[in-house]
Amino acid sequence: MSALPQLIVAGIGMGSIYALVALGLVLIYRTTNVVNFAQGDFPMVGAFLLVICLFHAGMPYWAGILVALAGMAVFGGLFNLAVYYPLRNRSYLPVLISTLGASIFVQNTVLAAYGPQPANLPPLLPLRGFQVGGVFLDPQYLVIIVVSAALVLLQYLFFEKTYLGKKIQATAQDKETASLIGIPVRWMIMLTFVYSAVLGGVAGILVGPIMYFSIGMGTAIALKAFAATIIGGFGDIRGAILGGLGLGIIENLGAAYISVPYKDAFAFLVLFAFLMVLPQGIFGEKIAEKA
Amino acid sequence: MRTIQPRPRRAIPVEVPILAAGLALAGLALAQPLGGYATGIAMQAATCAIAVLGLTIVLGYAGQITLAQASFFGLGAYAVALGTADLGLSFWTAFLMAVAVSAAAGVALGLTSVRLGGHYLAMVTITFQQIFTLVLTNWAEVTHGPDGVPGIPRPELFGHALSDTRHYLAFSLVCLTLAVASVSWLRRTALGRAMEALRDNELAASVNGIDTVRVKVIAFALCATLGGIGGALFASGFAYISPDQFSLAESIVFLTMALLGGVKSALGTLVGASLLIVLPEVLRFLKEVYLAVYGAAVVLIMIFMPDGIWGWVVLFGDRLVRRGPQPRTAGPLRLRREAGDPGDVVLEVRNLAKTFGGLKALDSVDLEVRRNTIHALIGPNGSGKTTFVNVLSGLYRPSGGRIRFGGRDATARAPHVLSGRGLARTFQNIRLFRSMTCLDNVMVGAQRPGNDLSAEGGGVEARALSALDFVGLLDRADALVGDLPYGHQRKVEIARALAADPALLLLDEPAAGLNTTEKGQLVELLRRLKGLGLTILIIEHDMPLVEAVADQITVLNFGQRISDGTPAEVLRDPAVVTAYLGEAHVRAAA
Repeated sequence: MSALPQLIVAGIGMGSIYALVALGLVLIYRTTNVVNFAQGDFPMVGAFLLVICLFHAGMPYWAGILVALAGMAVFGGLFNLAVYYPLRNRSYLPVLISTLGASIFVQNTVLAAYGPQPANLPPLLPLRGFQVGGVFLDPQYLVIIVVSAALVLLQYLFFEKTYLGKKIQATAQDKETASLIGIPVRWMIMLTFVYSAVLGGVAGILVGPIMYFSIGMGTAIALKAFAATIIGGFGDIRGAILGGLGLGIIENLGAAYISVPYKDAFAFLVLFAFLMVLPQGIFGEKIAEKA
Repeated sequence: MRTIQPRPRRAIPVEVPILAAGLALAGLALAQPLGGYATGIAMQAATCAIAVLGLTIVLGYAGQITLAQASFFGLGAYAVALGTADLGLSFWTAFLMAVAVSAAAGVALGLTSVRLGGHYLAMVTITFQQIFTLVLTNWAEVTHGPDGVPGIPRPELFGHALSDTRHYLAFSLVCLTLAVASVSWLRRTALGRAMEALRDNELAASVNGIDTVRVKVIAFALCATLGGIGGALFASGFAYISPDQFSLAESIVFLTMALLGGVKSALGTLVGASLLIVLPEVLRFLKEVYLAVYGAAVVLIMIFMPDGIWGWVVLFGDRLVRRGPQPRTAGPLRLRREAGDPGDVVLEVRNLAKTFGGLKALDSVDLEVRRNTIHALIGPNGSGKTTFVNVLSGLYRPSGGRIRFGGRDATARAPHVLSGRGLARTFQNIRLFRSMTCLDNVMVGAQRPGNDLSAEGGGVEARALSALDFVGLLDRADALVGDLPYGHQRKVEIARALAADPALLLLDEPAAGLNTTEKGQLVELLRRLKGLGLTILIIEHDMPLVEAVADQITVLNFGQRISDGTPAEVLRDPAVVTAYLGEAHVRAAA
């Protein structure tokens, strides 16, 4: 059983990635009422941008990260303009399909540009694995956990303590009222997409060193991030984090103790159980329709 | 304003040309053989299109999203593949198995998702799809795992083996034609209308006698069955299947096909499916970037063709050929006259209570409505009137008390059950099926279970036309209800309730938002209805209107009944004056 703490740390590490992507998903959902099915491609694009910066442009790691994240900001803005903005007044279905189309487009553009071979990033910190009380810890997971926690904290401070953060929150809660009191809703939505893409990019950069990734990596991550948001309570930021971490741990333990081939099924089984028993999730509110 | 004129009903149903064209196409496939490659593409298009037609039903008609259609396609394909290749069954036995398995899975998925909608439903179906894929890949002893199943035989039809690919293609096209015609026909049936009503407004559908759970499950079952049939034909046509052909990506492609073509029509779905099968082939000259172009095309079509390609074709066609409104004729509206004296108690409410958390919205309310009277329920804002109607019509469960309707217990019954017993209602904020025509809206009311008058007098359509005529909107029968002015929408909602031949009609603030002329028309309408023997419970703020029509008034305040009697008694009751105008006025009047 000495593997247990190690499995949990790795689970939290992977769960942090889900949580970061889920956060982006929730932010976009709250401002636009749309679930972005291309959310998983954000980490993929981020990771590949960094690969190009490091291995093709020969930049140092820190510069590569900055350029990749700046690239993600631009990407998020373009994504909004091309995929969401023209459809903003339509029901959720056309937008959903549009994001699915965008996902196909993005994946295959990267495929055409980079090729099908999987890539890998060097570790963020040149640390070796170490033992704590007989438990072997991979520092890469610790990096993921620390960076994710710091980002969540920063985001909390931004939304709760800054004027801009409150304007975005107001937009998320009621676009019409927000625009009536002079908040430039259009820019708030733009900002949300930009931030959400950067967040996805960070997730991709963090996950890059622990796995070989290819253009399809986003689909699995996005589905689990989506599952995490439902488990946590749709649209709830705490829920997205808790749901992401929970899923990461559960699937790691499930793979270790129950079945490796069905690793991906555990997340869905947990999700399914929630949808049947507690569809509003952990932090969600019951939505009742007024007659 | 751009309006789409609904197409008038033709003498020849649209399914006839569909069948003719489909059979001609199948004949052509036999007479003019395509090359082997093109035949394969055509076969793929035909079998996939059958599966995508399932989405027309579940998404286009019933408004429920699903991202699991490839799993039903796969269930059908694997049932045929394993049944024939491994178990040695004949194709047709395996085919029946495919239909049964996929239909059962559709029922199961439908049942799990009845309470969920929108993104949640999307996620349940994705979950179903992902688990299906995992099982296909990993349960290798049964499914052959990632290697797939080879050697799937072709069927025999009337003693003729369909081993020639041309013959099989013709067979698939005939199946597709039947599927398109059936799905197109379904839309005009009572079930199809019930699905569309469910899509447009679930709450209104339920109070109009539609068992929404049942209709959803049926929609999913039909969708899955079509998926299974398509998959079965696909497996046998290509002789080899593998799990990657039935993945989430494929479900997404199916969904895109449906939306691209126009998900609300069977023909549109067919166009979308054919296009997305052919498009990648056409784009193949683009080599590596063709899938990227394909993805971009999907986004562009969503942006520039909101109703899909077929919606665009229909719009364009309607601009070319302007049609005037079709003349309609209607007989007089008949209402059932039940045995029993006027003055019998139709509705009896005792001690009715409803609490929301700590708030007592209704507190032991008593009420009796007598046959062939107009009974008004009044009270200041927030007094619990709408809650009362919602409990009566089964939308809310009461926290206590009893309701008897038509001599039987009616406490906490489902809305569609109460509708089936003759309870009809309208809503304060109009709830119509907005993307349907006036006539279709009213037909949903007319087709409620247990409506004998619809069965007797020339059917549901004739019944609906008389109800529309009664409210003065016969000439707008074919207009989309969402395009009508507000006052007319109110009338359509009343017509929908009348078409159901109610034993009791509940009107929730029918005068709200009407101008003086329209209010006058409403008073006249209510009097005519009383003349026909109808019993009405009306909730209203407009006192002149209430005084003009009510035989009996009950007053609520803070969830409690504070007065009950004839208008003259109630309006002089000090408790009522206090509730409306405050204490001082009572003293001043005294």
